[in-house]
Amino acid sequence: MSIFGAHYNLERHSIGLAVAVVAVASIGGLFEIAPLFTIDETVESAPNMRVYTPLELAGRNIYIREGCYACHSQMIRTLRDDVERYGHYSLAVESQYDHPMLWGSKRTGPDLARVGGKYSDQWHVAHLDNPRHVVPESIMPSYTWLLRNEQKTDDLGDQLRALQRLGVPYTDDMIAHAAKDASAQANPNSEAASGVSERYGNDTNIRAFDNNSHKLTEMDALVAYLQILGKLTDAAEKDPANAGAGHD
Amino acid sequence: MVSTLTKNERHFAFIISVSVAMCGLVMAAAGRNDLLGTHGFIVFFFALGVTFILARGYYDPEPGDERFSAYYDEPIKAGIILAMSWAVFAMFVGDWVAWLLAYPELTFDEPWASFGRLRPVHTTGIIFGFGGNALIATLFHVMQRTARARMPDQLSPWFVLIGYNLFCVLAVTGYPLGITQSKEYAEPEWYADIWLVIVWVTYLALYLRTLARRQEPHIYVANWYFLAFILVVAVLHIVNNLALPISLSSAKSFPIFSGVQDAMTQWWYGHNAVAFFLTAGFLGMMYYYLPTRAKRPIFSYRLSIISFWGITFLYMWAGSHHLHYTALPQWVQTLGMSFSLMLLVPSWASAGNALLTLNGAWHRVRDDATLRFMMVAAVFYGVSTFEGSFLAIRPVNSLSHYTDWTIGHVHAGALGWVALITFGAIYSLVPILWKRDRIYSPALVEVHFWLALAGTLIYVFAMWNSGIVQGLMWRTYTASGTLAYSFMDSVVAMHPYYIARAIGGLLFLVGTVIGFYNIWMTIRTPINIPRDLASDHPVTEHAGAPAAEPAE
Repeated sequence: MSIFGAHYNLERHSIGLAVAVVAVASIGGLFEIAPLFTIDETVESAPNMRVYTPLELAGRNIYIREGCYACHSQMIRTLRDDVERYGHYSLAVESQYDHPMLWGSKRTGPDLARVGGKYSDQWHVAHLDNPRHVVPESIMPSYTWLLRNEQKTDDLGDQLRALQRLGVPYTDDMIAHAAKDASAQANPNSEAASGVSERYGNDTNIRAFDNNSHKLTEMDALVAYLQILGKLTDAAEKDPANAGAGHD
Repeated sequence: MVSTLTKNERHFAFIISVSVAMCGLVMAAAGRNDLLGTHGFIVFFFALGVTFILARGYYDPEPGDERFSAYYDEPIKAGIILAMSWAVFAMFVGDWVAWLLAYPELTFDEPWASFGRLRPVHTTGIIFGFGGNALIATLFHVMQRTARARMPDQLSPWFVLIGYNLFCVLAVTGYPLGITQSKEYAEPEWYADIWLVIVWVTYLALYLRTLARRQEPHIYVANWYFLAFILVVAVLHIVNNLALPISLSSAKSFPIFSGVQDAMTQWWYGHNAVAFFLTAGFLGMMYYYLPTRAKRPIFSYRLSIISFWGITFLYMWAGSHHLHYTALPQWVQTLGMSFSLMLLVPSWASAGNALLTLNGAWHRVRDDATLRFMMVAAVFYGVSTFEGSFLAIRPVNSLSHYTDWTIGHVHAGALGWVALITFGAIYSLVPILWKRDRIYSPALVEVHFWLALAGTLIYVFAMWNSGIVQGLMWRTYTASGTLAYSFMDSVVAMHPYYIARAIGGLLFLVGTVIGFYNIWMTIRTPINIPRDLASDHPVTEHAGAPAAEPAE
């Protein structure tokens, strides 16, 4: 009775009602989101994890622009068939530099969390240009414009700086060379190519992804991104026991 | 439209639209090397159009004091037309992308026409264009009637309605151009998000100011839901869209959270956009239009209280069920699953409260397709909330997640609940607003009802089938312990279901077009004031006082 009596009073005061709604609704988020920033086990440590190169970041932006995440997940679940189909289940640390994360919510196409290195550049180029050339029954759209469009590089420095401010460990050197590094990563014969491996590591893929080193295309960027998926850190391969923190 | 504004309000409206146009020009100049520039021009021309309409009516005679003896319904009428326009547009795009999944070559080799860019046009157009405009329109109607008070001024409802539609235009023009931050149902970029905050704060202020003028001591239950809708959507929108633009001359920004924290924030937002936009707001609609149409009081006031606070508290914990078996820590997944199960209690309390309200009015449900829209909506609300709790159970989710089952579940809610309750509310509202004794053609309402119901059922059954088949194929093993099907096998198996789904969607779209025609024809019939509208005016004891108010 008294609860309903109290409510009888509450619903006579619009501001009181408004404050009560916000207070009651805030509890769930505070309990579930805030601890994710403070509990250390939430994200595994991977000291040697590298950041996306400017070209890979540009490719990631294309992945976002084209809405690839609407049909492809990048999150392998801790389920036997997921792991057997796509590889080791995804770790939180693997997307620690992903602003935003692209875990996805639907698999109209397969998961891409570990697609890097699984197919050749040539396969990716043919597939993106017309998926049905390599997978006859595919229902993916053709992205013919990727080979035509020149990749814009002039704002990559700004992008790296913004990410640096958000905590991604880009160095000032990386930011200063962002545009140059993007072009050089798809042009192995250029003088600047060595700078890319200096800054991002010797394992960085430096090659003409679309098989044309004279023109930096959006295809170069997207394929560079796809080829690095699952390869920024070896945390998943190295220590499965430790890697499972937070799981069954 | 302009003739209902006072001189002072026209003046302010002029200043606002010219300032928005200037902002558009600044965006166009600053972003000349970026897609931001294109959006700058869209803002500019949008505001220019509004300015032009204002200028044309600027010297119309001012409204007299007699306006205080009637509710202010002009923006509601515009809101309904906008809601129906968005419905037709976004359902058309939805059906188009449904056909794309069956026939992927229908893109004309144009970037804007590919599935990934059009899909958010559909989702945004439906949720924010159709749903949002319907909510703004019905909320303006319900808050005035239940408070028995006129809105405090004429300018802010127009600012909310037109400003909100500018946000929607920026959203759906952005995706085909390639502007998106990829967060589902929160795709628009930083400048559109900031604009929405400005509009939303005005919306909240308008709502609270109208409530403050109420002539009833108690705030009616529909208004609790509307209040929760406005407040919580504001909180969700701001937190999930926290982002750092790469520069003020670029449309591009990066969300401040990353990885697992970003995922949890996104689905805390995503699930509660369902809760407070697509549920709370539409429950507010249901709590007013269903009892008034059935001419029955709400079955239980106490059940309303329990379900309201249950939904407000429990829903916010449930978002993590979108991330079962992922890299999100298991304790958060378990909390999400547990609260999703508890959610069934207030959800079914609401659905039951609605259906029991119809006791004594079932003959009206049989005869009146408008009321039947709302009855079936309440049933679908019950069905899809049950399904939601079911799919949130971790082992069930291991089968359903990433498959079309989720899409089927969403559409059981979006078509069966949200759209049907909205059509019921709009069909109730149109004759009242335009002062006609009935809708143009009750027979066409009947046709719309059966098309919508058939379309929903075909859609949902197709997606249940495809989702479960897909989920089972992914986890089927051969006797020797290897996966039985390749991923492509599961894609090929979807083809017939994708065609069935597109046909279901087409039926639903045709119904909507017929509904829009019926509404349009109702507006075109001559005025014929029904007798039971005689009491449809605010309490005006203080009719002398409001003259001082426009200075607010």
